[in-house]
Amino acid sequence: MPAARYSIFSLLRNAATYHREWQAAWRSPDPKPAYDVIIVGGGGHGLATAYYLAKEHRISNVAVLEKGWLGGGNTGRNTTIVRSNYLWDESAHLYEHSLKLWESLSQELNFNVMFSPRGVLNLAHNLHDLRELQRRVNAIRLNGIDSEILTTAQVKAMVPILNCSPNIRYPVLGASLQRRGGVARHDAVAWGFARGADALGVDIIQNCEVTGIRREGDRVVGVETTRGFIGAAKIGCVAAGHSSVLASMAGLRLPIESHPLQALVSEPIKPILHTVVMSAAVHVYVSQSDKGELVIGAGIDAFNSYAQRGSLPIIEEIMASACVLFPMFSRLKMLRSWAGIVDVCPDASPIISGTPVKGLYFNCGWGTGGFKATPGSGWVFAHTLAQDRPHPLNAAFSLERFTSGALIDEHGAAAVAH
Amino acid sequence: MLLIDCPWCGPRDENEFQYGGEAHIARPKDPALLSDAQWADYLFMRGNPKGRHRERWMHRSGCRRWFNVERDTVSHAITAVYRMGEAPPATAKPAATGDATSAEPRSSGDPGQWPAGGAE
Ligand SMILES: Cc1cc2nc3c(=O)[nH]c(=O)nc-3n(C[C@H](O)[C@H](O)[C@H](O)COP(=O)(O)OP(=O)(O)OC[C@H]3O[C@@H](n4cnc5c(N)ncnc54)[C@H](O)[C@@H]3O)c2cc1C
Ligand SMILES: [Zn+2]
Repeated sequence: MPAARYSIFSLLRNAATYHREWQAAWRSPDPKPAYDVIIVGGGGHGLATAYYLAKEHRISNVAVLEKGWLGGGNTGRNTTIVRSNYLWDESAHLYEHSLKLWESLSQELNFNVMFSPRGVLNLAHNLHDLRELQRRVNAIRLNGIDSEILTTAQVKAMVPILNCSPNIRYPVLGASLQRRGGVARHDAVAWGFARGADALGVDIIQNCEVTGIRREGDRVVGVETTRGFIGAAKIGCVAAGHSSVLASMAGLRLPIESHPLQALVSEPIKPILHTVVMSAAVHVYVSQSDKGELVIGAGIDAFNSYAQRGSLPIIEEIMASACVLFPMFSRLKMLRSWAGIVDVCPDASPIISGTPVKGLYFNCGWGTGGFKATPGSGWVFAHTLAQDRPHPLNAAFSLERFTSGALIDEHGAAAVAH
Repeated sequence: MLLIDCPWCGPRDENEFQYGGEAHIARPKDPALLSDAQWADYLFMRGNPKGRHRERWMHRSGCRRWFNVERDTVSHAITAVYRMGEAPPATAKPAATGDATSAEPRSSGDPGQWPAGGAE
């Protein structure tokens, strides 16, 4: 069933029938007994993997198994900041590849993912911050990625509501800016990839939880699910905060801990913030959605958790920071807050890798900052699954690096880790 | 928000404490004998179970002492608090899913070279 193309004409045609005739964006088939590849996890990364498997590698006998609903995990819970200004070469290349895919994603998928390259500012609040940002900007530019340093006056001109007084505890001494960075519509990304993958023959199966990984000797043969056994010689786990749980089903351990990460939105107000502002020292990152809500992200709760709820002190801290930088926010009411369970790696870089178990692959460890990587992550993981070896872009992101010691330490380098 | 019962000071607000990650990861007795894979396991690999987790906390704004907590990572319910050096409480029921090894003191790698860790 080829999906009908979305266009101004399909919109007008459907308006004539009061939008009651829209066709479902993807099918909901029953699982087949076996597939060539099974993707566990129907978040953006899993769906993008399935899409690129079918599109780039002509492997469409693929199922995406999702225990809840599409994008109900971190994909639908994040603050949607997209940028590629990472310090280390490996990260810069991977995230830049992803950013380039973002730039044409709406056209590629015929689905408006609302990618809005409105610029991402990272503030410096002391001399050390500023020098560190300068170093990063230089490294990033050497990798051919746009990045520049702004003075306090330039920052103030760009974000007039920002408190740039020299008399605050953390004065703004400057910032780095990536103009091509911005935000996107989180669930549209999941839906767009789902619709695209479905049109290429991928089965998307929701409400289907993987409860076991069946092995024969040293290789996988399929998964146990709440809808019965489903066979596959290749299994790609893309389960974010639940990656360790899946790994343990195959007797593996991962260098990952799961933590709640919270965010909140304000009541909608008129446009006042036209760019994304991030600050590592004060720890806050904020943007304004097209609906007018301020979208504010917090830090992780320190303890391990799978509960999708965090503690209040984290929210208090983030709001205190936001009010220092943007005094006018103190009059706003916050509408709702929530948490996602993020998969944090010791070096704050992802794992896109095969495992000691043949046919079993993991794409995880994106932690607090994987939304921006959604298309690129799916693209390299599809390559890894199809060819049974990594693409040069993800070769350094193997599980092996924890044994070899070749870590990609983006903890200090990534500013606020989003 | 957690209410944590410090073994020395009694029940206090989570804010007063610092989290120290998975408990019972004993430092290798003879580090020179460890293979790279065993080092990787010791330094980086974690049980990260969904369910019962044994972890270390420090009463940062109080007595500043370390101790162990057994807590459910889904309900956040604390089922035991015990001091450093004390044996973890008997296994009531295993974690819902997740990693069996995290329920016991860690002893991955070659047990001959890397003795099973007691409580720190
Ligand atoms: C509050 C918050 C703010 C964030 N802000 C940003 C940001 O500004 N920029 C950025 O780049 N990143 C951000 N992130 C991180 C980003 O959201 C994630 O890295 C990214 O969305 C992960 O995508 P995913 O598809 O891998 O995971 P998910 O969307 O979580 O998908 C994983 C899916 O696997 C499913 N699953 C799990 N176990 C099973 C099973 N056993 N069987 C079947 N299905 C299973 C889950 O239900 C889930 O739908 C943020 C995260 C949070 C929580
Ligand atoms: Zn105490």
